[in-house]
Amino acid sequence: MEVPILKQGDVLIATFQAALSDADLHQLRSGLVQRVVRFRSRGVIVDVTAMDVMDSFASRTLREIAHMIRFCGAATVIVGIQPEVAFAMVQLGLTLEGVATALDLEEGLAYLKQKVAIVH
Amino acid sequence: MAQIEQIVKDTLPSTNQIPERSRIDVASELLRELVAHLRQNRTQLREEWVTRISETRLLTAMTKDEIFAEATSVYDSYVEALETGTFEALQAYARNLSERIIPRGVETHEVVGIVLLLRDVLGRSLFAKYQTDFKKLNRILDSYEPAANRIANTVAVGFVQERERVIRQQQEAIRELSTPVLQVRERLLILPIIGVIDPQRARQLTEQLLRGIRTNRAKVIVIDITGVAAMDATVANHLVQTVEASRLLGANVIVTGLSPEIAQTLVTIGIDLSKMNTVGDLQGGIEQAERLLGYKVATLVEPS
Amino acid sequence: MATGEIHVAINSDEDIVLARKRGRALATEMGFVATDATLIATAISELARNIVAYACRGEVTLKIVNGSNRKGLSIIASDSGPGIRDVHQALRDGFSTSGSLGMGLPGVRRLMDEFEIASEPGRGTTVTVKKWKQ
Repeated sequence: MEVPILKQGDVLIATFQAALSDADLHQLRSGLVQRVVRFRSRGVIVDVTAMDVMDSFASRTLREIAHMIRFCGAATVIVGIQPEVAFAMVQLGLTLEGVATALDLEEGLAYLKQKVAIVH
Repeated sequence: MAQIEQIVKDTLPSTNQIPERSRIDVASELLRELVAHLRQNRTQLREEWVTRISETRLLTAMTKDEIFAEATSVYDSYVEALETGTFEALQAYARNLSERIIPRGVETHEVVGIVLLLRDVLGRSLFAKYQTDFKKLNRILDSYEPAANRIANTVAVGFVQERERVIRQQQEAIRELSTPVLQVRERLLILPIIGVIDPQRARQLTEQLLRGIRTNRAKVIVIDITGVAAMDATVANHLVQTVEASRLLGANVIVTGLSPEIAQTLVTIGIDLSKMNTVGDLQGGIEQAERLLGYKVATLVEPS
Repeated sequence: MATGEIHVAINSDEDIVLARKRGRALATEMGFVATDATLIATAISELARNIVAYACRGEVTLKIVNGSNRKGLSIIASDSGPGIRDVHQALRDGFSTSGSLGMGLPGVRRLMDEFEIASEPGRGTTVTVKKWKQ
């Protein structure tokens, strides 16, 4: 299942849909990097509202995505982590350290606006 | 003499020689007879039961009319359970009855008491009816007793389970009330914690807070632990987890009212206090929260 | 109400998703609250992932268990992979998943109420965890 990636001005928005396989996550990683380079995006929002479980692999992949996108000169923010998922994550010891997080799309855009002066 | 005994033995079939199927037929026939008897004498037996209930001063929380109405339902369910040999309907009724009478203050011993009284009343009526035929009485009791005991069990267990469910619900409600999440400004939540926190309460606190962040779209949380005397390592861990989980939802947490003792506990379990945003008192915490929120070039949640 | 056991063969990462879906469904059916259902699904995900990462293939078994006065969900993740040489080390927090090292077993232990592990190098590993319904 492919993750849809929307372009809104300087920002790319990738929206997770329910359960993603490992292959989907890998595809997302390369897809985002390609587009950031192609469109010279300044910011990326990964919307994980539909994700019902965040395990160590997903967390690691999201950190890698943010890392790679930083190399491309853009900022990443993860939005939409559900309360139950956040709770499970901290029990498991996953804190997404080094990655910016925001409540939802609106907050994510506000963050990017302030951080990288995006045009949106 | 021995010869006559032998003839008698040969002509009268002893009960052990009755083939299995017949024995079951006899049993179910007796059961039908029993149920018919209970139905025919319903009015009288129910009356007797209600009288015994008030004599033994049970169900004092209910009026005479209520007792009578419930007694009718219980009696009919009882007989039906005896007749069908199935207990689901009775279980459902017991739960339903319990739901109604528990709020009235009816207690477990009362419910068990009245069901046992009914068992006695019906038992006595069987003794009265079959007093001239001891063998038949025994066989009827063979059918009646296990069923009656199972009924008493079913009703009692149903009541107790409902009671436990109510108690759990109340405990949950109390816990929720005692950890209120307050919204005092837009995007700012305050969570004053008072008293003893056990792991269960700590977890409930975290869940409530996270839901609150979502609902109120809070960006800053002030957790005030001035009212907390002591915290063990488990609960301290919960606090740290709460801070981390809040960050995942895009909220900044300020912890206020950290006593030197609790600060020591946190350090002992390896928490880097410099990473946690702490302010001396609640007032100071709120002020800092407002600065964070009203800050023009707002520094929102930065990666740690 | 599901009876008996649910077995999910774990051969690829897609099976991880299937296993946790089944786990969440069973937990919800049993009446676990949303948070607990998520904890259970997350634990299954981690355990199944360990199987894929270290043993290539194995199995996750889900079943309802009865305690004195309460019901619980039991998850058994087993494989006949290389096994863990030093179980104590694996259970130490330095090997938690946030460091992107190790199997995240301490984390899984925190998610659940009961945790048991049996592993023999060369024979395989079996992790059994339980969560009780409040």
